[in-house]
Amino acid sequence: MDSIQKELLFQVADLHGTPEGAYNIRGNGESVGRNVTANIDIVSKTDGKPGIDIFIKPGTKNESVHIPVIITKAGLQEVVYNDFYIGEGADVVIVAGCGIHNDGENTTSRHDGVHTFHVGKNAKVKYVEKHYGEGDGNGKNVMNPETVVHLDEGAHMTMETTQIKGIDSTKRITRADMKEGANFIVKEKLYTHGNQVADTDFVIDMNGEGCSADVMSRSVAAGHSVQHFVSTMNGNAPCHGHTECDAIIMDKAAVTAAPCLTANHIDAELIHEAAIGKIAGEQLVKLMTLGLTEQEAEEQIIKGFLH
Amino acid sequence: MLELRNVGYLVKDELGEKQILKNVNLTLDERFVAFTGPNGGGKSTLAKVIAGIIKPTEGKIYFDGEDITELSVTERAKKGISYAFQQPVRFKGLTVRDLINIAAGKPLKVGDACAYLSEVGMCARDYIDREVNASLSGGELKRIEIATILARGTKLSVFDEPEAGIDLWSFGNLIKVFENMYKKTQGNILIISHQERILNIADRIVVIADGQVQNEGKKEDVLPKLLAAESCRILTEKL
Repeated sequence: MDSIQKELLFQVADLHGTPEGAYNIRGNGESVGRNVTANIDIVSKTDGKPGIDIFIKPGTKNESVHIPVIITKAGLQEVVYNDFYIGEGADVVIVAGCGIHNDGENTTSRHDGVHTFHVGKNAKVKYVEKHYGEGDGNGKNVMNPETVVHLDEGAHMTMETTQIKGIDSTKRITRADMKEGANFIVKEKLYTHGNQVADTDFVIDMNGEGCSADVMSRSVAAGHSVQHFVSTMNGNAPCHGHTECDAIIMDKAAVTAAPCLTANHIDAELIHEAAIGKIAGEQLVKLMTLGLTEQEAEEQIIKGFLH
Repeated sequence: MLELRNVGYLVKDELGEKQILKNVNLTLDERFVAFTGPNGGGKSTLAKVIAGIIKPTEGKIYFDGEDITELSVTERAKKGISYAFQQPVRFKGLTVRDLINIAAGKPLKVGDACAYLSEVGMCARDYIDREVNASLSGGELKRIEIATILARGTKLSVFDEPEAGIDLWSFGNLIKVFENMYKKTQGNILIISHQERILNIADRIVVIADGQVQNEGKKEDVLPKLLAAESCRILTEKL
């Protein structure tokens, strides 16, 4: 790996070099490193689609899987399918993420990752996904992640997604269906600037008795960027659903927040909260009385908000 | 030392003009100075004028002999003026530790940051990583606000009704905080308050009403008159 690739790897997976445990590093469309463990197997797909299948044995505890993707070849475009099979009672951390460095002129580098999770009974998954782009030319970086989650009885998944910098266009699709007693938590953090466009679309079907979902999105839209957030929750059984979108709008940006709740069962309890607003003047003034300039105060407020 | 010369503040809107402050002349260099007077009399406006949040339409402000009238909030903060809000601001995302670090102007060790919270009677461990958001009560926010001023430790600290909302904590403790603060900073502490127990520790009391200094002087001279007037008002109301 060269220094640019190493930097991207650090940005998206907090990794200096290769990680511990199971991993598959995809660089410019090819697998450039892979490691499996006694409990976690990674195999390339054999159905002709690009991507991998990750098998985690039932009862696997305290192990992690890293599957970062880095693209440094300007103009490379790919759709990758990764399927995760998480066995009953496992408790694992999965770190995905994609970094693009595009120095091309008028070229678009694009990574569309389609991730499907089959989370077994009573298994617990923490899924972390970071997206990051950079480049010196005027080329565009595009990422369209699609995450499909099937939660079996009593399964629990926390999904943390972060896009802080350098992605010109993103369409994030998340679909989840949940059985009895399953629990799904999403924490999304998004910062857009310049002329970036970000679309987020969640559909969560709560099908089993006693399942619960919580979608929390915090975003900052600066410059001329445009964000569109849709969160649909369908309560098809006695369940608890909560969706929250909190956005700071700046400059000439535009933000849409559209929570959508459907209760198909009398014991479905669904709540949505959505708030969009600029940074409050009194927040700036308070930090200025502590010695920060207006710009420093703004930076601190955004940093804290997206922390 | 703070000096206000002929400070005035005139507000113009569609309803006409309103003189919020007029001809305020004060030189403040005591340990504790209390601003008191009726609600709407101009105390908070004057405090904001000192902090630079409101720009006066007339007059000059000097801090340690330097004209700071044209200086921004940030510049005044850097010169050594602190201001505790009457209604502390909430922040989604910023933690108590973040605010204390910003106030101190550098990242503090956890123990040092916690010490400021302990001083205002908070169990630091429970609060240091909490967000300064709506999950905190008004009283908790108020004490965190005071802790940020302690962390700054500046030459002049202005508190706008610090006692409001701290009912779960005693006045005695609040007064100790001010006394300890003075020991450490040797700076001037200016407190806006209606409370007799706070006025009682003041070296000097300034009564502000109708945007003007109505009376001012040593506590021994001003406080008895204020208390007499207050008893009279309560009696009148009862009758």
